[in-house]
Amino acid sequence: MPVMNIIQAVNDALRLQMRAEPKTVVLGEDVGKFGGVFRATSGLHEEFGAERVIDTPLAEAGIIGTAIGMALYGLRPVPEIQFGDFIFPAFDQIVNELAKFRYRSGGQYPCPVVIRTPVGGGIRGGHYHSQSPEALFIHTPGLKVVAPSNPYDAKGLLLACLRQNDPVLFMEPKRIYRASKNDVPEGEYTLEIGKLNVTRPGTQVTLIAWSGMVSIAEEAAQKAEQAGISVEVLDLRSLMPFDIDGLLTSVKKTGRAVIVQEAPRTCGFASELIASIQERAMEHLEAPIMRVCGFDTPFPYTLEHEYMPNADRVLGAIRQTLEW
Amino acid sequence: MVAVQAQDDLRRVLDDEGRVLPGARVPDVSDETLRKIFDTMSLVRIMDDRMMRLQRQGRLGFYMKAIGEEASHFAVAPLRDGDWIYPSYREQGAWFWRGYTVKHFINQLFGNVEDPVKGRQMPVHHSANWLNMVSISSPVGTQIPQAVGSAYAAKVMGKDDVAMVFFGEGTSSTGEFHVGMNFAGVWKAPCVFICRNNGWAISVPREKQTAAKTFASKAVGYGMPGIRVDGNDILAMLQVSGEAIDRARAGDGPTLIEALTYRVQGHSSSDDPSVYRDPKEPELWEKRDPLNRMRNYMRHRGLWDEAWERDITEKYNQEITDALAASDRLAAPAIETMFEDVYEDMPWHLREQKEWLMQQARTRSPHSHG
Repeated sequence: MPVMNIIQAVNDALRLQMRAEPKTVVLGEDVGKFGGVFRATSGLHEEFGAERVIDTPLAEAGIIGTAIGMALYGLRPVPEIQFGDFIFPAFDQIVNELAKFRYRSGGQYPCPVVIRTPVGGGIRGGHYHSQSPEALFIHTPGLKVVAPSNPYDAKGLLLACLRQNDPVLFMEPKRIYRASKNDVPEGEYTLEIGKLNVTRPGTQVTLIAWSGMVSIAEEAAQKAEQAGISVEVLDLRSLMPFDIDGLLTSVKKTGRAVIVQEAPRTCGFASELIASIQERAMEHLEAPIMRVCGFDTPFPYTLEHEYMPNADRVLGAIRQTLEW
Repeated sequence: MVAVQAQDDLRRVLDDEGRVLPGARVPDVSDETLRKIFDTMSLVRIMDDRMMRLQRQGRLGFYMKAIGEEASHFAVAPLRDGDWIYPSYREQGAWFWRGYTVKHFINQLFGNVEDPVKGRQMPVHHSANWLNMVSISSPVGTQIPQAVGSAYAAKVMGKDDVAMVFFGEGTSSTGEFHVGMNFAGVWKAPCVFICRNNGWAISVPREKQTAAKTFASKAVGYGMPGIRVDGNDILAMLQVSGEAIDRARAGDGPTLIEALTYRVQGHSSSDDPSVYRDPKEPELWEKRDPLNRMRNYMRHRGLWDEAWERDITEKYNQEITDALAASDRLAAPAIETMFEDVYEDMPWHLREQKEWLMQQARTRSPHSHG
């Protein structure tokens, strides 16, 4: 089984899907000959041609707006937004249009568009190349939000997204695009959207993370283990819908939970997870659910490592919940 | 005030009285098509009048009339059935022309159980996938890049379908207009842009939307032709639209058509134009009424008589009365339908919320029913 990084896994999924489904097209800025600024669409232009791997004019609202029209007509467009931070010119097209087409047309117009975009900090990119905007989109009825943390998941989840009929925001963790490597099966496989993955079993504390924060959570869990604390790590994989049953199974077992979220704290997705868990598992909880988040500031440049959650902060929260 | 006659770049076939202008080329439109257009245009006029009266009586929440602009709707007439239409919210004629019925229209306005969009949207937000007419959106201009996407899709899928998109002159100020036009130009997309320049975006006159002399001139910057046409002249409308559709289908790319017309009444039932414009302005335009001009032309061509129009009026008034009566008997969509079509399959959180609401509905006292 080949070892791949996330970029290679995404590229492999796109290639397999474009071979299997001629209606699949890729569009975005620099996705053609150049293969994307992160190289995720590398080689697709050569194999599938300029009509299916489209270098668009430089306008995100146009990329998503035209992708919507393509999907309504019958194509399966996979637009790339070069950085998650650049998605906001297309916000109306995503929130009011893409996400609502099926509903507002009484089910007449499904709109299967899978938007790929790299998210997260830690790359010395500053405010405009580092944000984690998932909460805005999870809060958008009609849209699915999927956030893989590693190559195996990225390929299986992307193929799953490309084979269902709802619009998806597929967020890729750019900090570990190349650093994260694991065995990725050749050929096609899919992972179920809406199911979390227990990446590390444990008994005392449930540690919940997604996207680029899963590796931080695992690092913290290792440190905790060295300190004699057994931590169960959950990789959410899918944020909308999220796997409430998987969360409750773990939290009911451990009685304690810590959530790691790179995005700003207030009204982040962690807030919803805390509410959803405590509503259903109050009698099992031994301590308040803690969260380790980014701060409610714009994403800083020089001080980005002060801003971002790290394993020590997570370990601190694990201790806090155990000592509560 | 725009002096229509003084503009030599304006494509016209008929004068204000419906006579063919000297030297004008009359498009090849069959008697049958003209009769059908007149019939459909009359339906728009009648429907608008009836629905606005219902709104004023408090029986209908909201409505938008198209009076004075109806001819521009028939830019769709030269399209084929397989072509796609992205309407704005004031093209009733396009819907009826395609086969959207009086019943569909009225059931949508009332959001009842027979509403094609299941009571999900406020009045005038129609959708009909069986007619390739795309769901109407309130934020203006969003449909423009979408139409370009459909046009592009047709091209790469090897079909010769054309996409036509409608918007008002105010929408030309949006980013989406620029984005859509630019993508269409670059992609040479088989798309026809119909800008209904009716002079007013709610209370804001066209002079405050652009410093350009015409809206059609904007096409130059996108590498496509821009044509100005008298939007109250049905023959000129059909001619210009037909040419643009043919160009698109032949692979020669998109066209921007500025249909010069006028919003004779308010933007919507919530509007009051007396606050912001001279009441004499609409009077001038009433003389250029598209339905009158078409009627006069058809009379000259021997295609119109009073009895025929009386029959049309009676036919549609009766159809509307029947549809309203039927609508009165129709229930609202079932409560659980609120949760359907958000996604293809209902995820757990929506199932949970639906069950909670259904439980509430079951335990609600009969007296508290709305």
